Amino acid sequence: MILPSDTLDALCPMHMHIGADGGVRRMGPTLRKLMEGAAGEGAQFAEMMDVFRPRRVGTVPDLLALSGRRLQLRLCRGSQMVLKGLAMPDGQGGVIVNMSFGIAVVDAVREHALTSTDFAVTDLAIDMLYLVEAKSAAFEASRTLNRRLQGAMLAAEQRAYTDTLTGLRNRRALDHVLQRLLLEGGNFALLHIDLDYFKQVNDTHGHAAGDRVLQAVARVMLELTRKDDTVARIGGDEFVILLVGLTDRVRLSALAEQLIHRIERPIPVEDVECRVSASIGIAFGAPKTGARPGAEELMERADSALYRAKRQGRAQHAFDEPTPVEDLR
Amino acid sequence: MHGLIARTLQCFLQDTYGYAAWQDIARRARFEAAEFEAMLDYDMVTVEQVLDGAVVHLGKPREVILEDIGTYLITHSNNEGLRRLMRYGGVDFIEFLHSLEDLPGRAQLAVADLDLPVLELGDDSPGAFVLACQAGQRSLPGFGYVLVGVLRAMADDYGALVILDHRGILEEAEIIGITVVETDFAEGRDFDLAAAPALRREAAS
Repeated sequence: MILPSDTLDALCPMHMHIGADGGVRRMGPTLRKLMEGAAGEGAQFAEMMDVFRPRRVGTVPDLLALSGRRLQLRLCRGSQMVLKGLAMPDGQGGVIVNMSFGIAVVDAVREHALTSTDFAVTDLAIDMLYLVEAKSAAFEASRTLNRRLQGAMLAAEQRAYTDTLTGLRNRRALDHVLQRLLLEGGNFALLHIDLDYFKQVNDTHGHAAGDRVLQAVARVMLELTRKDDTVARIGGDEFVILLVGLTDRVRLSALAEQLIHRIERPIPVEDVECRVSASIGIAFGAPKTGARPGAEELMERADSALYRAKRQGRAQHAFDEPTPVEDLR
Repeated sequence: MHGLIARTLQCFLQDTYGYAAWQDIARRARFEAAEFEAMLDYDMVTVEQVLDGAVVHLGKPREVILEDIGTYLITHSNNEGLRRLMRYGGVDFIEFLHSLEDLPGRAQLAVADLDLPVLELGDDSPGAFVLACQAGQRSLPGFGYVLVGVLRAMADDYGALVILDHRGILEEAEIIGITVVETDFAEGRDFDLAAAPALRREAAS
């Protein structure tokens, strides 16, 4: 039985009918499109396509021996794309090879401007294209949601770690960074800063003025520290600064004095000038003597240094460890 | 209710009447989130309240708004992807009509939990069809009006001349009459399989 060519074209728009002599008798309309007008009929099939899997074939008997098997082939003309193929005898000594794009269909449609009439109506290619588009749209919607949620999460995290009045880190953020630094094991300095005379500002000029003072002090601290340092407000007028890798006492003393000096500058609030000062206690994440402290102990050490600074008459700084004699030389 | 449907309502109101109008409608509906997300689920009641809010704010009957949503879905440039997906239904409007029964299944291929009403197409006489739209428990009542808008816009898209009428409800199904006067009445819009939608490019980047 040999089918009318129109029937074969409609059923298999990507077929190649090869005669017993290896000459191409006919190609389906879509296959012709892929060949981009290169002469087909009459040529030897091996000039038109290169069957390379499961093995290379060059003759009709070779092709017939592979009938029913999944072939991989490359067109020698036009697009030279790789296709799937199936070869079956035509009953008259020749072969009909039917071809398909497989998952390359998305690219093939784009490259050759194929339309739905280029596919047999029973072919799932169009449904596959539909699915690819539909899934991309759905996936994009999902990604949009994820991006929005991530943005919201970052904003919430930022809020949770920020002191709203000053924009500095808050207690929670400080605990977090402190734990991490202790875990990492490097050395760092912890400055515990307490404002002096802040209560007087609040009592005399009101809380709004107090808030302005805290904001001004926060700005000073940010200006005098590095980008990677942690500056946190942990209570009313209590601050902590973590300085990673900075353990040189001379430099720390200089920084503490500079902080105090700058904080003591009069802060204009409306028509008055508010004056505060600060006391600073300094402790180290990796002290020269004794075991490494935990976060709580470290805070206590800085706190007792602060207490000593206050006792020395305010506007002072003090170290947790008494300065070793050799360091003074 | 699926967020895609709720989100469609919001996008329609925003794109057609402006963001301020949307905010006003959301406020009127006491919809506190103020934004629907396409990939989350919402209470039917919430979506209904927003739709009621739109009816009051716009001073238009619910049916008209629903039909406008259908038209918007196909014609607005923001929904080009959806128009393309609909055009996969067939090469002409008649073929498209015959593919309508597959629509809920096709939608679920892309979004597994999207429940669209069951559609059934019957033909009375040549060129005259009746579409029955059976909304499930989780679908918005009045979905048939959205469908009328979609069909009207798709007819334009194919360049077909059709007459559509919503004939009300029969045995819990909304009935839509479709008369196809001419299939190639006007130049339709292009549908190029190869035109890779922008969505895909974005998703790949």
